[in-house]
Amino acid sequence: MTVVVSPSADAASFKRARRTGNARRRCHHGDDVVWRWAIFSPALLLMLALSVLPLANLVFTSFYDVTWAQGQAIWTPRGFANYAALPGDALLRAGLVNTLIFAAGAVAGQMLMGFVLALLCSRVTRGQVFYRTLFILPILIPGIVVGAIWKLMFNYDFGLLNQAIGLLGFAAQNWLGTQQTALASVILVDIWHWTPFCFLLFLAGIESLPQDIYEAAEIDGASLWQELRYVTLPLMLPTIMVTFAFRLMVAFKVFDEVYLLTGGGPGTATEVLSFTIYQRFFTENRLGYGAAMSVMVIFLVSILLVTGLSVRRRAAVVA
Amino acid sequence: MSLLTALRRHGVAKHAALIAAAAIVVVPVVWVVAAGFRTQISLLMGAFWFTPVLASFNEVLFSKTSDFLVNYRNSLVVGLTSTALCLMVATLAAWSLHRMRWPTWVVHVFLGWALVFHMMPPIALASAWFTMARAVGLDSTLLSLVLAHTVLNLPMALWLMGVYVRDVPIELEEAARIDGASTPTLLWRIVLPIIAPGLAAAAVLSFVFSWNEFAVALNLTVKATATVPVAIAKFAQEYEIRYTQMAASAALSILPALILLLFAQRYIVKGLTQGAVK
Repeated sequence: MTVVVSPSADAASFKRARRTGNARRRCHHGDDVVWRWAIFSPALLLMLALSVLPLANLVFTSFYDVTWAQGQAIWTPRGFANYAALPGDALLRAGLVNTLIFAAGAVAGQMLMGFVLALLCSRVTRGQVFYRTLFILPILIPGIVVGAIWKLMFNYDFGLLNQAIGLLGFAAQNWLGTQQTALASVILVDIWHWTPFCFLLFLAGIESLPQDIYEAAEIDGASLWQELRYVTLPLMLPTIMVTFAFRLMVAFKVFDEVYLLTGGGPGTATEVLSFTIYQRFFTENRLGYGAAMSVMVIFLVSILLVTGLSVRRRAAVVA
Repeated sequence: MSLLTALRRHGVAKHAALIAAAAIVVVPVVWVVAAGFRTQISLLMGAFWFTPVLASFNEVLFSKTSDFLVNYRNSLVVGLTSTALCLMVATLAAWSLHRMRWPTWVVHVFLGWALVFHMMPPIALASAWFTMARAVGLDSTLLSLVLAHTVLNLPMALWLMGVYVRDVPIELEEAARIDGASTPTLLWRIVLPIIAPGLAAAAVLSFVFSWNEFAVALNLTVKATATVPVAIAKFAQEYEIRYTQMAASAALSILPALILLLFAQRYIVKGLTQGAVK
């Protein structure tokens, strides 16, 4: 969950260090080639064995159809047929659309609320630690338990939500069982789950801002709104971008909450990409087709990452 | 001074908004924990007041048909082992990459790949891990899940430890070298004490993520090796959902999180915000 920022940042500082002559001073370490390899190799081997190899395995499997007979796997070559079938898969299309709606709605909601709460919290003098402690709680709760909590909250007969709107005189709603409200309900749960995380990053960001700029703004007679618009927001932009990238990444992978709350239903109302892969691969046992789908999703994610990084680099050049 | 300015001076409106938000965060959790102490009938009736009973907790923990204690043990074993492994591997690699004069492209490619890997949906890899584990006879063992969680948390640990390793003053390392320290001595005696806070932050996060992880655990475990999230999902899937038992097991599953929140909050905050702000 920690925000992993572009490796180019490390590389940049590395280059700088070399240029300023640190490299020469570091030659003691550099000479120690055996140790250099010895302590790097466990991580390298682990990555090769458990990320590169599985990916190769997926790509390989995606060109086959795997069926089972008497406990034996029968591999039938399919060429690109598995990939050709992807665009016609209605479930996949629903998963893609819902994932995009889910990611956009949830991330926008939690970033906005997280920012407002962080602003409020940074302006109070007492109780900051108290609020922060309470707000961290959802970050630590397992996704599946968040699902369990809200399955109870959303329950038609006794859920707290229906009880509350009942007191206000509204009719009980079948939140998770209705086409129109199911996806919105899941988005709401995600906002509940991750607003605190955005809050935490934004609060840390706001508190690390230099105070003298605010004093200058005050002397110049800036209104609260002007201060926010021309001082806080521009200074916070890097933190906002990192939080956004990170949340988008995790929202794209959503699985646990959907699995427990709706199982993708009703119909395909809450079908998301991770869940589609799960169904094709594990429920229907279509290894080859599921692998092709996984490869496609990983490919999409990589494109997203590369464009994200190049946008960042361009933004850095502009700034 | 009018009442309005007095209210404003003490930030009453801000506190009111913050307290409302805190209530939205806390009320669902408290309500579900309370549901664990109800009888199924009392919960279904929706009565506000109830007499707490321990029946659901008893059922979850000690009934013959429940494996919850085994699940709890599995989660602890997987969480602690994968955390230890992950920290060891990541710290050594981070120090090697940042302080041992690798060609730039090695650092670039390795950390870049870690980032790409971090973005992949775990469920897409779970299928391949499952096939590989079966090929080497590791399917339905805890070891396969330990390895999966280790590698899932590796990018986070690499990044976090990288930040701390680069903060170690290079002069200190050089001084130790001149005094004749070997690489292991240098790492153990000089570097490790300095990066200890980073290790604590990475350890807390790694354990929490492993404890919470569901998608991979669901597909790499069987009945005997199932972890807590897998067990809780089962409660929700049975034909007749046992609501109070689901609530009780949910309450039990957040105990480690509560303990960490009380005693390791500093490290959680440090771990989560590191990098975003720097």
